[in-house]
Amino acid sequence: MAEPSAAPRQEFEEVVRPHLEYLYALGVRLTGNRTAAEDLVQDALLRAFRGFAGLRNRERPRLWLTRVLTTAFYDRLRNDAREPETVNVDEEFDLFDTIVEEDPFPYSDRVHLDFLELFDDVKLIEVLQRIHPSHRTALILAYVYGYTAREIAEITSAPLGTVLAWLHRGRKQLERELWDYATRNRLLMSRQEARA
Amino acid sequence: MINCKEAVARLWSYLDRNLGLVEEQELEAHLGLCRHCCGELEFAKQIRGRLRQPAGEAEIPPEARLKLDAFLKGLGGSDE
Repeated sequence: MAEPSAAPRQEFEEVVRPHLEYLYALGVRLTGNRTAAEDLVQDALLRAFRGFAGLRNRERPRLWLTRVLTTAFYDRLRNDAREPETVNVDEEFDLFDTIVEEDPFPYSDRVHLDFLELFDDVKLIEVLQRIHPSHRTALILAYVYGYTAREIAEITSAPLGTVLAWLHRGRKQLERELWDYATRNRLLMSRQEARA
Repeated sequence: MINCKEAVARLWSYLDRNLGLVEEQELEAHLGLCRHCCGELEFAKQIRGRLRQPAGEAEIPPEARLKLDAFLKGLGGSDE
């Protein structure tokens, strides 16, 4: 365990600098835009610096920084009163079956892959913004960055069962939102168009 | 034997290795007999792959990088 340094800023910078790209990219995915991500990262850096001297375990700085940034993200939502209290999740919706039934790529033999290829990074980040913030956070941490449910529980200070529920609900929302985005933005060929 | 609805509900947890042993065995028995759910499993893998793809930690735009660098350097100065 490292003792707090006499030159805390320099030591802090050495610990944090390798993770700046990561923090920024995570911020973009959580907030949906670069300006908000920049503000969020600055907020997180300030919080992290203030807590750095008292940080006992410095072996996993990325996990710690993720926790700080995620907390800052939640606080911002709370302060802006933007976090929806509840979300209706369509448990019956199944994207795999919907693509088969709607057949938006009638001349393709790999319709599901074709569907996913409609989504570049920008579109995907837009879709993620339509998912409840807690569920979005869990999805991003699990499936973009590969954190386990236990690690996400540690990062978000939520019980493991809650994280598993967030992941489940987040996945259902993601399926629905991918489909809705594609139809809303007319990315799919309708049956009528296919027949024409 | 679990049905397709139960099987599909377990697929992502299966890929995440978050299922209990019995739940996992029930799912694998179902997948051994159900082509539809194998398709669902493959699609779940593809969605996960698509989510993971952009994780190449998008480079910080130069202006943002400068601001964050300056912010890091300014910590411990007048603020503290």
